[in-house]
Amino acid sequence: MFTARCAIFSAALLSAMMTDASLAETPNLGKPIDEAAIAAWDISILPDGTGLPKGSGTPAQGAVIYAEKCALCHGDNGKGGGPAAALVSDNVIAGISASQKTIKNFWPYSTTIFDFVRRAMPFQTPRSLTDDEVYALTAYILAENKLIGANEMMNAQTLPQVKMPNRENFIIRFPDRI
Amino acid sequence: MANARHRNARGQPLEAAAGNGLIDRRALLGRGMAFAGAMSAGIGPSSAAAGAEPLADDPWSMEVGDPMPLYQVPSKFETKVARTLSNPNHEPRNSHARTPHHLLEGTTTPNGLHFAINHAGVPTIDPEKHRLVIHGLVKRPLEFTLETLSRYPMISRVSFVECGGNSAPMFSPEPMQETVQALHGLASCAEWTGIKLSTLLEETGIDPGAKWFIAEGADSPRLSRSVPIKKALDDAMIALYQNGERIMPGNGYPMRLLLPGYEGNMNVKFLRRIKLVDQPAMSMYEARTYSQILPNGKAYRFYFLQEVKSFITSPSHGMMLKGPGLYEISGIAYSGTGRVEKVMVSADGGQSWAPAALQEPVLSKAFTRFRMPWRWDGGPATLQSRAWDEAGNVQPTRAEFVAARGELTKPAPVLSFPNQHYNSITSWGVGSNGEVKHVYG
Repeated sequence: MFTARCAIFSAALLSAMMTDASLAETPNLGKPIDEAAIAAWDISILPDGTGLPKGSGTPAQGAVIYAEKCALCHGDNGKGGGPAAALVSDNVIAGISASQKTIKNFWPYSTTIFDFVRRAMPFQTPRSLTDDEVYALTAYILAENKLIGANEMMNAQTLPQVKMPNRENFIIRFPDRI
Repeated sequence: MANARHRNARGQPLEAAAGNGLIDRRALLGRGMAFAGAMSAGIGPSSAAAGAEPLADDPWSMEVGDPMPLYQVPSKFETKVARTLSNPNHEPRNSHARTPHHLLEGTTTPNGLHFAINHAGVPTIDPEKHRLVIHGLVKRPLEFTLETLSRYPMISRVSFVECGGNSAPMFSPEPMQETVQALHGLASCAEWTGIKLSTLLEETGIDPGAKWFIAEGADSPRLSRSVPIKKALDDAMIALYQNGERIMPGNGYPMRLLLPGYEGNMNVKFLRRIKLVDQPAMSMYEARTYSQILPNGKAYRFYFLQEVKSFITSPSHGMMLKGPGLYEISGIAYSGTGRVEKVMVSADGGQSWAPAALQEPVLSKAFTRFRMPWRWDGGPATLQSRAWDEAGNVQPTRAEFVAARGELTKPAPVLSFPNQHYNSITSWGVGSNGEVKHVYG
């Protein structure tokens, strides 16, 4: 009796283990991709500067590009008035409306400007700007907002160092979900 | 008490469940026949009233119908059942399409009516050329095609998707006179089929330093969001099918990230790349757009969760009740935390409540249809619903919600997103003339 029970138990255990093994088996059809190939895909930039490319730009260089490629939607000198949001503003947040948010009073990290411009702008011709041009536009937007000096150059080292005024003003809603 | 006209088939009065005409939900469930009997006795057509006119065949009964189409669309009499568009002239900005909840029933949103927000139009993606790359803090970076992914073990699950900005018009200090479609139309529910993200991560391996993953779309703005790795190992999936067919172009064809219960924008469409990282990217959509300003001037970050919510879809704003009598209150409830546990309904602005019938099956992180029989006596009524989820979360009253999250100083345009993650009670006021309007109860 004992032996029979033991055998049934062993068989059940073996069957359970096999089920687990078969669940763990996957088709393995992903094609390995090497670092060189990944570089062409990867445009992610992290707030500590990881991922920022080589290159640089100044506010003065950015002003020229801005007037040509950005002003139509974002208004002269980034002050708005066109179909897209203002990029330069001294607005102070009063009340809970999201329409109050500006780069200066809300955006916590300067790297976000570079990342968004490089991946998504100009709206009609995204990723047509060179990395130097993106640095220059980022420098121009930061300088017009008086977040950096008028002649400060932005590159992979300087951009993550820019102190954004609202950085410490956020509360993580559900910390246990992170 | 129900008056003499409202009796069931056995002649017993229908049981009042709460004030202003709410009738026990069991009139719908266990005593369906009794309820039907009561309806015909109350407001149904009287057979004796029919005249002696002979029954004539209608034209469609006298001729051969239309040929069968390859892919059928709803009847031509249903063309008003459509989404509303925020950007019909395709101007250079984002576009929203809202689900017409007041014209639908059940819990499944038809694919053509699923809500969508696209930030630079709907891309036309060749499925043969689309690739998904998983890289970053993994042991083996891998590239997948749609064809190879189709060989993987799949799962199906019903899940709602809701924009973090759904219901945002209700941050206004006055009730905006808008339909349930305009107020709550940025939420829909479908059966999604695809591959668990954890299955693919088993093949790539996960570096212990990976705490987040960045998901990126193949649309022109390369929309990108950061998601905790916790969600990847829980119920995140790469969805390939929507209600049994390939995902609609506006909903992410040929593949999208599905994060059940999480803010719509994080469910990245046209998914092309997943990068495992040690910190969030602080992409524009998380660092700016989907961070919510609070009354104290600080802002919430990484809200993620679409919290427990419900709203009545019928009767709702813009409808006209045709005289006193029996009606069915019908609505939708859901929670990003899990299953809906109960929905309470009030017809007197929250003074008294009764439990609504929940349509089975009640699924986790999915739309749950609730129903409640109601006898309108022709007087003023304020209809409300309030949901609880299995984790014990309760939908806040508007007063509770405003105390915590604030409200606008003046109404914002109905298509704008002045703030996000609004989940308090919606109230529909019924006037003595039968007109239904949005009110704050």
